[in-house]
Amino acid sequence: MKEVVLKADKLNKYFYEPTKFQVLKNISFEVKKGEFVSIVGKSGCGKSTLLYLLSTMDTDYEGTISMTGEKLTGKSKNDLAKFRNEHIGFVFQFHYLLPEFTVLQNVMIPALKLGKFSKKEIEEQALAKLALLGMEEHAHKLSSRLSGGQQQRVAIARALINNPTIIMGDEPTGNLDKKNTQNVFEILKNLSQTYHQTIIAVTHDTDFAQNSDRIIEMSDGEIINGESAK
Amino acid sequence: MKLAFQIAITQLLAKLSQTIVAMLGVTFGIGMFIGMISLMKGLNGFTDDLAMATTPHIRIYNDVKLERTPLLEEIFPNQMNLVHHQKPKNERKDLKNGFQIVNYIKNDPRVLGVSPQLSTQVFYNYGVVQLNGTISGVDILQEDKMFDLQGKIKAGGLQELIPPNDCILIGKGLAKKLNAKVGDRVTITTPQGYTMKLKVVGIFQMGIGAIDDIKSYANIATVQKIMQKDSRFITEVSVKMKNIKESGVVAKEYSKLFDYKAEDWETANATILVGKVFRDILTFAVSFTLLVVAGFGIYNILNMTIYNKMKDIAILKATGFTSGDVVRIFMVQSILIGLVGSVAGLLMGFGLASWLASIPVDFGDAFSLTRLPVSFDPTYYYIGVIFGITTTALAGYLPSRKAGKIDPIQILRG
Repeated sequence: MKEVVLKADKLNKYFYEPTKFQVLKNISFEVKKGEFVSIVGKSGCGKSTLLYLLSTMDTDYEGTISMTGEKLTGKSKNDLAKFRNEHIGFVFQFHYLLPEFTVLQNVMIPALKLGKFSKKEIEEQALAKLALLGMEEHAHKLSSRLSGGQQQRVAIARALINNPTIIMGDEPTGNLDKKNTQNVFEILKNLSQTYHQTIIAVTHDTDFAQNSDRIIEMSDGEIINGESAK
Repeated sequence: MKLAFQIAITQLLAKLSQTIVAMLGVTFGIGMFIGMISLMKGLNGFTDDLAMATTPHIRIYNDVKLERTPLLEEIFPNQMNLVHHQKPKNERKDLKNGFQIVNYIKNDPRVLGVSPQLSTQVFYNYGVVQLNGTISGVDILQEDKMFDLQGKIKAGGLQELIPPNDCILIGKGLAKKLNAKVGDRVTITTPQGYTMKLKVVGIFQMGIGAIDDIKSYANIATVQKIMQKDSRFITEVSVKMKNIKESGVVAKEYSKLFDYKAEDWETANATILVGKVFRDILTFAVSFTLLVVAGFGIYNILNMTIYNKMKDIAILKATGFTSGDVVRIFMVQSILIGLVGSVAGLLMGFGLASWLASIPVDFGDAFSLTRLPVSFDPTYYYIGVIFGITTTALAGYLPSRKAGKIDPIQILRG
């Protein structure tokens, strides 16, 4: 039995604009260490909303979320920011690198924020992560000079820099062409299999979902399939 | 904090042109403030100096006394007396024991300088023309100490006035009318009919036409001779205080002590004083307006700068930066913009003031003014820098606090 890293218990969320509307209905599930989970469903089914709850960035919900045994619900924003910094790595649909910084700096920033290692060690780690993603030769370029696929790979390296408990992806391949989609998926799959990295990704891409370990399917704010692990 | 500083610097340098525009916003605000205030202060200061150039802080003289008890009242105090349109008595206009008064005042620690003098009306004779004017007998060294005569001498010098020679120092306008140069002799006549020839040893210019056109200085003894009075005869004592604000109090004190009229400059120049107060109010209003306008400009620029960075803020927050970190990053940027912009503003203000001070002006002979008067009082430079930095800090703090509180999801979702 593998250890549970993420536990969502009876999550309910409402939108109040324009009228009161329940986006998430009584959602409960667990994610085990090393699992590669895809959350799928039609637009508006609440899958991105769910991911943002799990990411700790959205705190306006009912129910509880725990990660690595630590209850996150009810913590202060600053504590959550610290927790995010250490335990969660993000990959967004639109790469979202800081355009004024070099690739290497972009990867290093979350680690510098965490402040666990010296700058020199962090630089070595960042270069190692970039090498893992085949991006070390671009390390000293400005991030805005890279192509979309390259930027997404840098974003994954940034997500990995603090060796997070979970990597969360919001449509990580949503903005990429087929070749780059394939490429990014291979990287995530590799991370999951080789390094037992836990990954949760929201996606529209059925191929992407089919090839992951587990699919959580949502519809109208409820999980209709994949509540428990295979 | 070090990380926030690094991020702040990198962002500032990456968008260098934007940073420079923001800094220039501060620079122009502060620079214009300093430039304008320097000019206003310079002009005001010039007007004030002009007014004070020949005005002693306290003047002690023997005022014509109109209100005296009729003699009749003194002799028959218990009787009903009626005296119509009483005239002043023929009294000597001098200060008895005037030199004692001077010696007493000289020892007053509040006093900078004291000068005895006597003045009389005279006619300057130029061919058949007689020009009306006044001549003052003064202790020229004391007078110089109090009113910086040396600085106002345009030709010749004032040393020859120290011994009681028959020498005279005349105003520039008067010299022009008399066509007199240093070394020439002018003839003067008193209203009593006494005529004397005096050698011109210097020409001065106070910058006020009303003085330069009529006034001349001579040794006290010379004027006593012209007026045919004894060597103790002086008509007034001028006093210059160390602190001009004490004039009123000290004047009252002297008035009581010497039993002569002691008039302080504020009473004598009430209109000038009101004008000064009005000019100060105007200066304050203008500087306040300039600072408010500059402040709003700075606020707008920083607000825009931070608004443009919303996406970056969202990323930073998603990767674990707290709202405090975000505020720190933008505060560093704001303060740097404020600091560099303000210092550049000082230089610009100084440049502007220097340029204004180099503009030649010509107000004719009435004023001894060749360039625009500009103040280089450092006070306004301090105000400029302090204002520039506090405004940018505040203008940076408000939007960055708002940005720190922003929900990253709203930005990341697009």
